[in-house]
Amino acid sequence: MKRRVVITGLGIYSCLGKTLEEVRQSLYDGKSGIVFDPVRKEMGFRSALTAKVDVPDLKGILTRSQRVYMADEVKYAYLATRDALAHAKLTPDYVEAHNVGILYGNDSSADAVVKSVDTMRNKKDTTLVGSGAIFQSMNSTVTMNLSCIFKLKGINMTVSAACASGSHAIGLGALLISEGLQDCIVCGGAQEVNPFSIGSFDGISAFSARESEPEKASRPFDRDRDGLVPGGGAATVIIEDYESAVKRGAPILAEVLSYGFSSNGDHISSPNVDGPARSLRMAIERAGIDMREIGYINAHATSTHIGDQNEAKAIHAVFGDYKPYVTSTKGQTGHEMWMAGASEIVYTLLMMKNDFIAANLNFENPDEDSAKLNIPGQRVSAHFDTFLSNSFGFGGTNSTLVVRNL
Amino acid sequence: MEKQELIDKINGVLAEEFEAEVENLKPEAGIKDTLQLDSLSLVDMVALIESEFGVKIPSNEVGKILTFADLYDYIYERSAK
Repeated sequence: MKRRVVITGLGIYSCLGKTLEEVRQSLYDGKSGIVFDPVRKEMGFRSALTAKVDVPDLKGILTRSQRVYMADEVKYAYLATRDALAHAKLTPDYVEAHNVGILYGNDSSADAVVKSVDTMRNKKDTTLVGSGAIFQSMNSTVTMNLSCIFKLKGINMTVSAACASGSHAIGLGALLISEGLQDCIVCGGAQEVNPFSIGSFDGISAFSARESEPEKASRPFDRDRDGLVPGGGAATVIIEDYESAVKRGAPILAEVLSYGFSSNGDHISSPNVDGPARSLRMAIERAGIDMREIGYINAHATSTHIGDQNEAKAIHAVFGDYKPYVTSTKGQTGHEMWMAGASEIVYTLLMMKNDFIAANLNFENPDEDSAKLNIPGQRVSAHFDTFLSNSFGFGGTNSTLVVRNL
Repeated sequence: MEKQELIDKINGVLAEEFEAEVENLKPEAGIKDTLQLDSLSLVDMVALIESEFGVKIPSNEVGKILTFADLYDYIYERSAK
């Protein structure tokens, strides 16, 4: 990369907490954010498991005309971004005057679509859908709302790449900054949490059916995993050009060393090994480091049989006999999908700054492939200065970020 | 419904939705300025009137309703029939 790209602010709204400190504590304690949702069962879901994420009430914080265009995931993202900007010491005056951009991962806004279609079908009158529906219904609902609220004047775009959306958003933002096209970008990922958005996902039996033990349902890399648990919320990662961050006295947390990516060019839902391995190799090569400098890998592993298996194979193929710690935080959060690539950067930075690696929750017995990795089933005290974060998605889209402590 | 009762109900519904003070909703006051409506929120007002009072305001008539008094009369005339 031509210019150094650093992370200067974090914000999170997740099932593990609504502040960085709450989330750090949840990671440390190995808390699960997964619950059984009786409403989903009544709707005919095969699995009624979900991460518990409340929709925030922003009345009194934002005006009606700001709130009415916000889908639920925008409300999550607003709070995460508000906190991240404050964390980065970016004031409204600075933001308005400095061509700050936004690149956020999001790949659905189904609840808003379903509600507006219901109104049209029942009332046969499009006016009754209301003015908010169109802005709530588009994938770019997060970036269109937040760019107006925070008066962002740089790049303004949503990245839709399934479960790798949040990671690609950060990677693409880093490229824009390294190329000198932007000095500061609000990056992140958001994921709506409601039954309609994931009903079809449930329909293909992708979810864990371990309803009697919600906290044990998401078990990445474990031999007895039986599917993922849907989660969500939003995470914001502020990235900046190193020189301009220093110049404005920003808190500099870490450096984005590289962004690797690839496409499987294969099956729409079943991942392979070659695609992710190419993404990993590209990221390590572009980082310009010896892979032995990587002390921790935050895996994509979602607790599906084939996904975890093939990721384990890919990591083993790339790292061989060198075995850094590998965990998936999805054991605690479920799969935060469009948000995951960004939230997992936040989770990992919190662990890196506090010298621990959260337990890969529910990792009790390895399978043939996960046995080849160094996966702690319990929290470990460990200092690491460089990590790698994987995010993979439907359609075979892969994204890998390498980040170094500063 | 008596007209004053209807007016009170209209004012209550509009004040609640658009976060305005009821006492500012005076018959001679302009709706858009008082409720701070832009072209999008005006659509929400039309939808609100339709869902709450069963009175549909066609788009070619919205522009003729400028004051609260215009709105009260429009709804009263149509809901009374």
